[in-house]
Amino acid sequence: MTDSTVAAPAALELTDLEVAYRVRGVWRPVLRGVNFTVAEGESYGLVGESGCGKSTAAYAVLRYLPRNGRISSGTVRVGGEDLADMSEAQVRKLRATQVSMVYQNPGGALNPTIRVGDQVAEVFIIAGEEPKRAQERALEMLGKVQISDPDSVMRRYSHQLSGGMQQRVVIAMALSKDPSLLILDEPTTGLDATVEAEVLDLVSVLREEFRTSVLFISHNLDVISKMCDRVGVLYAGRLVEEGPVDDVFHDPRHPYAVGLLRCLPRGGVRKDQQRLDTIPGFLPQLGADLPACVFVDRCGLAQDICSKEEPPFHDVSAERHSRCHFWEQAHELPRATPASAAFKPVDQNAEPVIRAESLRKTFRQEGNDIRAVDDLNFSLRPGETLGLVGESGSGKTTLARTLLGLVSADEGSIIELDGVPLEKAITKRGRDDVRALQIVFQNPDSALNRRFSVQRILARALEKLRGDAGSEREEHLKELAHSVRFDTRLIHSRPAQLSGGLKQRVAIARAFAGEPRVVVCDEPTSALDVSVQAAILNLLAELQAENGVTYLFISHDLGVVRYLSDRIAVLYLGRLMELGDAETVFGAPHHPYTEALLSSVPQVGEERERIRLEGEIPSHGNPPSGCVFHTRCPRYIGDVCHQQEPELREVEPGHFWRCHYSVEELRELQTTPPEARGKVTPAAEQEPGR
Amino acid sequence: MSVPPQPAPAGATEIGTASPAAVGARGDDARVATKERLALLKRSKSFIVGAIIVGFWVLCAIFGDLLVPKDPLASDPINDLIAPSGENWFGTDKLGRDVFARVIVGARDILIVAPLATILATILGTALGLVTGYFRGAPDDILSRIIEAFLALPVIIMGLLVSVALGPSKVTLILIIGILFAPIISRTVRAAVLTERELEYVSAARLRNERTPYVLFGEILPNVSGPIIVEFTVRLGYAIFTAAGLSFLGFGIPPPAPDWGLQVAESYGVISGGFWWPVLFPSLAIATLVIGVNLIADGVASAFER
Repeated sequence: MTDSTVAAPAALELTDLEVAYRVRGVWRPVLRGVNFTVAEGESYGLVGESGCGKSTAAYAVLRYLPRNGRISSGTVRVGGEDLADMSEAQVRKLRATQVSMVYQNPGGALNPTIRVGDQVAEVFIIAGEEPKRAQERALEMLGKVQISDPDSVMRRYSHQLSGGMQQRVVIAMALSKDPSLLILDEPTTGLDATVEAEVLDLVSVLREEFRTSVLFISHNLDVISKMCDRVGVLYAGRLVEEGPVDDVFHDPRHPYAVGLLRCLPRGGVRKDQQRLDTIPGFLPQLGADLPACVFVDRCGLAQDICSKEEPPFHDVSAERHSRCHFWEQAHELPRATPASAAFKPVDQNAEPVIRAESLRKTFRQEGNDIRAVDDLNFSLRPGETLGLVGESGSGKTTLARTLLGLVSADEGSIIELDGVPLEKAITKRGRDDVRALQIVFQNPDSALNRRFSVQRILARALEKLRGDAGSEREEHLKELAHSVRFDTRLIHSRPAQLSGGLKQRVAIARAFAGEPRVVVCDEPTSALDVSVQAAILNLLAELQAENGVTYLFISHDLGVVRYLSDRIAVLYLGRLMELGDAETVFGAPHHPYTEALLSSVPQVGEERERIRLEGEIPSHGNPPSGCVFHTRCPRYIGDVCHQQEPELREVEPGHFWRCHYSVEELRELQTTPPEARGKVTPAAEQEPGR
Repeated sequence: MSVPPQPAPAGATEIGTASPAAVGARGDDARVATKERLALLKRSKSFIVGAIIVGFWVLCAIFGDLLVPKDPLASDPINDLIAPSGENWFGTDKLGRDVFARVIVGARDILIVAPLATILATILGTALGLVTGYFRGAPDDILSRIIEAFLALPVIIMGLLVSVALGPSKVTLILIIGILFAPIISRTVRAAVLTERELEYVSAARLRNERTPYVLFGEILPNVSGPIIVEFTVRLGYAIFTAAGLSFLGFGIPPPAPDWGLQVAESYGVISGGFWWPVLFPSLAIATLVIGVNLIADGVASAFER
């Protein structure tokens, strides 16, 4: 890709770009001297945690900064032309014809009051097409983004489409003007893994077809590694490392990049083997005065020179650069968190702490019965973690809420705690039952009452769940804060004053206030940055080792699930498709649905063939006949699949699935041809001393 | 499309012992934000002008007796309907009472009735809104239909019925306005509660075995206080107008109190004779107070709904 740069001007060139936002009358720098070039036809990734300035860079390219933002110095060139020299009208023309942008939230990017067809056609009309011809081309474009039945989609409104479909429409609009540069700002964040995979595939295909240069912004290292030729790592508004994707991700040369990659639970790391590494400290505040090296405060390699002298952009090789004095030793970065893991194996003979039998939950909606959870049977032993995976709409959260009693299970369902049946509704459960089952929600912002201090939130939980009062409560409060590694000096803060990671610690502390037996973790890290995620996963693993608590762990990130779970349950349309030990489920043979889920997740350093999941999750109100998965199954056999619903059966000891195939047949199918699965070792494992 | 340039929540990581300095700085930020809201209020022109106008009438209500040169109740039939002069600044009414004294002292009744009525309406409306918003389903349906029936009836008809039943007095007026405005406020509160109840801190409270009243008033209420404050200021303006209107119709404060609405009612018959002053000055008083309160409401709304 890089040899094409010789003749043609670069699609995008940022030179010493500085962007500042004015906050309360003070200009705060957000981007500090960013340089990078996207060659024609190249796909360039920009990666970094939230608050690093990724999106600001994208807006600066379109000269579309919010009103309080400005480009303080430096230049942006699109196709060789300096944006600063352009008039407002020229910039508009540029946006209309040359540069397209796809935003994170497709629902917000589409106008809810205009039919999808008219919205796409509008792009052609602006380009000067006749209205009728524009409609035809819009239809053609929707076909190109692989929307099934584009005719009917043309007539629909955006809210009638699923998230994945909406993003396809947005991409269709972005590509309609045949742009020379396409900016994708977190285009798949918020989509299901299977949908994400589809959208990413689509972008790859269309890039070939339209020969578009791409600036791809994401916090997700795996996605960047799959989609980009080169990558720039952004930290506190500075580009700290740059180079070809494979090189950077396999042999990072900046301590921040090294740290980020180590935070990911990858390569089958599990809680019983080691703790995840983390990055200590905090991202500097927006616009704060920075030390010579922006990363010095969090860097394990930092020496005197790092706070005195700004590191230049060292050439690691012709194409690679690192803004670190010690780039040659970057991989020697010491661990911030000791690897040794306290671990208590699950006692396989212990009586189950919680058991569900024929668990069903039906909602009535407009006269239809929506069976969100259908006939689930499982039991969990003390200290065990059951990972719950499946696409959105598979019933994971409903299952959790049903167990907790926040919604009542259907008649005939049985939920037992220590062998004693539980009331279905939480209002009928006694205090001991209520405190035994708790939850950590996905988003600590909405899970903590923003009006109350941490002190009040936790004290109230102790009072209600344990009946604590007075000095005893104070004592327990301190213990509780300590157990989640929350600094008691911050106890009087309100949630808004805390960072995302600290808020999630408070939410975890609240769940643990009543010394629960079972804690449901509903995507507890998906709203957090990777370095914070690693810290929270470590904390959950430690709490389990200390208290022997049982987790029901819901996550769409299979690496995370694999790290924490002893067993995995795969849900589809409210039904259990597969259940077994984590390693059994992750290793072949697995249920075709699990197989598709696993293959849809890109991973740094892994190349593998993807199994496409056609279409979308069918409606709960009208599930397919026979096997509910047959409409999308990559291993569809024939009539038997849509005529006869397979039983959930034990195919190996402790390994259950709901499929007509036998273990041998699927093992045969899934292991030949030999795939590259697990062949390449991620960077984290190449270090010495592991 | 805007990128809020708030200081991004710093990516906090291990090892739990967050640097207190760093978080201290964030704490300051939050305090600054609260201060900013007040500063915004102080900078809002409409708020300042409104506050000056309302402040003037509040002073009149408290110290009116001391400020006016004449007794507002003393009638002087010989000097009736004297045009404004150095002696009687706003003239006299048909009973010879000093209009200036009556207008100044008249602020008292309205400034007792309207705020108390609005407070009553806000309390009732908030409770109703919390209940209908939180439970939805049958309680919401039943209460909402009753509320809608209430809203469909003209205020004046209801006022007439109640004041006939209870007899005109300040208390009656407060009750009428309070009860009539409660459903309107309840709609606003209900809308705010509908979004709050879906937030997970409500589920978290239920998972502590909290009783429903605590969830409603202890957990949700503090989070919907913003819209309630805004709604209160808006309704206060309407309450002043309604109180004056009911007094004008004779369902409010009984004579001979120097109430503005009553004054207009007593004197509008003589306008045709060219005696405009006993009507104009109380009317202006009503208008300025309502405008003042609405200006405050504007300022509060923009500061709280940011």
